[in-house]
Amino acid sequence: MQGNEMVKTTQSATATKSFFTIMGSSKTKSAIEKVMSVIFVACGLTAVLAVLGITVYMIVAGSPAIGKIGILEFLFGTRWAPTAADPSFGILYIILTSIVGTFLAVLIGVPIALLTAVYLAEVASPRLYKMVRPAIELLAGIPSVIYGLVGAILLVPLMRMAEVAIFKGSETHQFTGGANLLSAVLVLAVMILPTVVNVSESSLRAVPKELKEASLALGATHMETIFKVLVPAAKSGIVTSIVLGIGRAVGEAMAIMMVSGNVVNLPLPFNSVRFLTTGIVTEMSYSGGLHRQALFSIGLILFLFIMVINIVLNVILKKGGEKNG
Amino acid sequence: MAKPDVTGGLYVKRTRTFDRIVKTAVYFCAGLTVLILVSMLLYIVIRGAPQINWKFLSTAPSSLKGTYGILPSIINTLYIVFITILIATPIGVGAAIYLNEYAKKGKLVRIIEFTIETLAGIPSIIYGLFGAIFFGEIMKLGYAIITGALTLSIMVLPIVIRTTQEALKMVPQSYREGALGSGATKWYMIRTIILPSAVSGIVTSVILSIGRIVGESAALIFTAGAADNLPKNWLTHPGTSGATLTVQMYFGVSNGKYIDEGFGIALVLIVIVLLINILTKQLSKKLEK
Repeated sequence: MQGNEMVKTTQSATATKSFFTIMGSSKTKSAIEKVMSVIFVACGLTAVLAVLGITVYMIVAGSPAIGKIGILEFLFGTRWAPTAADPSFGILYIILTSIVGTFLAVLIGVPIALLTAVYLAEVASPRLYKMVRPAIELLAGIPSVIYGLVGAILLVPLMRMAEVAIFKGSETHQFTGGANLLSAVLVLAVMILPTVVNVSESSLRAVPKELKEASLALGATHMETIFKVLVPAAKSGIVTSIVLGIGRAVGEAMAIMMVSGNVVNLPLPFNSVRFLTTGIVTEMSYSGGLHRQALFSIGLILFLFIMVINIVLNVILKKGGEKNG
Repeated sequence: MAKPDVTGGLYVKRTRTFDRIVKTAVYFCAGLTVLILVSMLLYIVIRGAPQINWKFLSTAPSSLKGTYGILPSIINTLYIVFITILIATPIGVGAAIYLNEYAKKGKLVRIIEFTIETLAGIPSIIYGLFGAIFFGEIMKLGYAIITGALTLSIMVLPIVIRTTQEALKMVPQSYREGALGSGATKWYMIRTIILPSAVSGIVTSVILSIGRIVGESAALIFTAGAADNLPKNWLTHPGTSGATLTVQMYFGVSNGKYIDEGFGIALVLIVIVLLINILTKQLSKKLEK
């Protein structure tokens, strides 16, 4: 409201009047101006400060244990027994679980998400769009503990039945009761859906109309147009969405905490496993000394993973920006 | 005269296997996504609804009496939401104003934008670790609601900055030119023209932040802790440990004791998320107008 009035008075305001009001208090005004601009710069720098602070403290808290344990022993050791009489801190299986789990979740989640994005951007009628769109938004807003709860109550019993059927009579298999890598992967796959759908949909929508029109005019069908023209044209946005999805999957803790079984193990589908994130959550509350420091080292490894993903993302975005700009 | 051969011509519908398969896949995946959501919601409503009654919402859990209630965690959640918004909104809006109104394109802006991206990508468990060391140990706040709120303030910063920036970009350039041209100083222009025009965008950013805070758990267990006591003193309560709804639900469910009650909390959370989604949609419609 005020804005409109201000603009209107601009034209009618007499030059002399505003001239005098400014001159009348120019000293205090310029002081306030300076203070405010400093405040805004400070606000702008908070984000930089926060990232620096987080990086520094993750390194400070995470590196002592790596130093004491030895980096090779820590990264490539397969035995994680922090509270044993002869403690051992090898997180190879934990790292592998995070990598394999994320990879499988992306493998399952991304195709579903991409086709859903295609549906939303190209196929859905306005009426159905109005129903599917809010569903995706709700899926994005559901807290991760709820995914964990539903996974633990609905998915884990199904996995248990599958496990019992598959490993019937097996003597080498350790039965997990259904809390295993596969359960975690499925929960993660659902959790990355909204991220991938949203970003891919907007990048599909951003493809210039002319491309689509030209393709249709040349006789390609709607589906051919989508998959041979629109999807390739939206490639950088789609890759971005996948990288964001990977980031979400790598960093998720609470949901998979409740469905993955929490045993340090090789990441095989029906093994109970522990991820980088769940490794921290599980033991943080009762850990002390070197054990606690080692948990912060796991945090540091996770942080490095995320930073690499962020940098990859930044490079993709920059490339995409150059192409479009 | 021979009839023109029209097989394969314009007027004959060819069956295209590629099209059919792909189209089925597209419908299947969209349907699957909706089905997953709907079945999750239905299940939560069916198991959660019987849990919800006045006693559930208005008492504290008591192991002595063997009763379960979520009032303390509702209050804790409100405290954390309030404090976090109080800290993050001014800083976030200030940063957005700096980026949009003051900064000239250059290295500093690129660095700031990169760090905002980075903050948005850092998982909540890392925020939890950082908050536990920095606010909890180094600043000696310990397990406390204020520790959690400070941690979450950094976490929601990217949401506030980005949403506000978008709102600021929508303010027509002519408003700025008009104000500056008529002799207003920069801060006067921001205070009287830019901020009032961007207010619904700022409100949207606050609501989105509330959504993120209400759903957060990993960043809070190591910072705000897990206590579920009713506040003894409203002023000093933020200095004490307190579980939010999600944290209480996590601990209740993971020790296997309060599964059904967990679904009750899940239902409460879903209702909050739903309300937040509706609110933001209404606001963004208003913003577009």
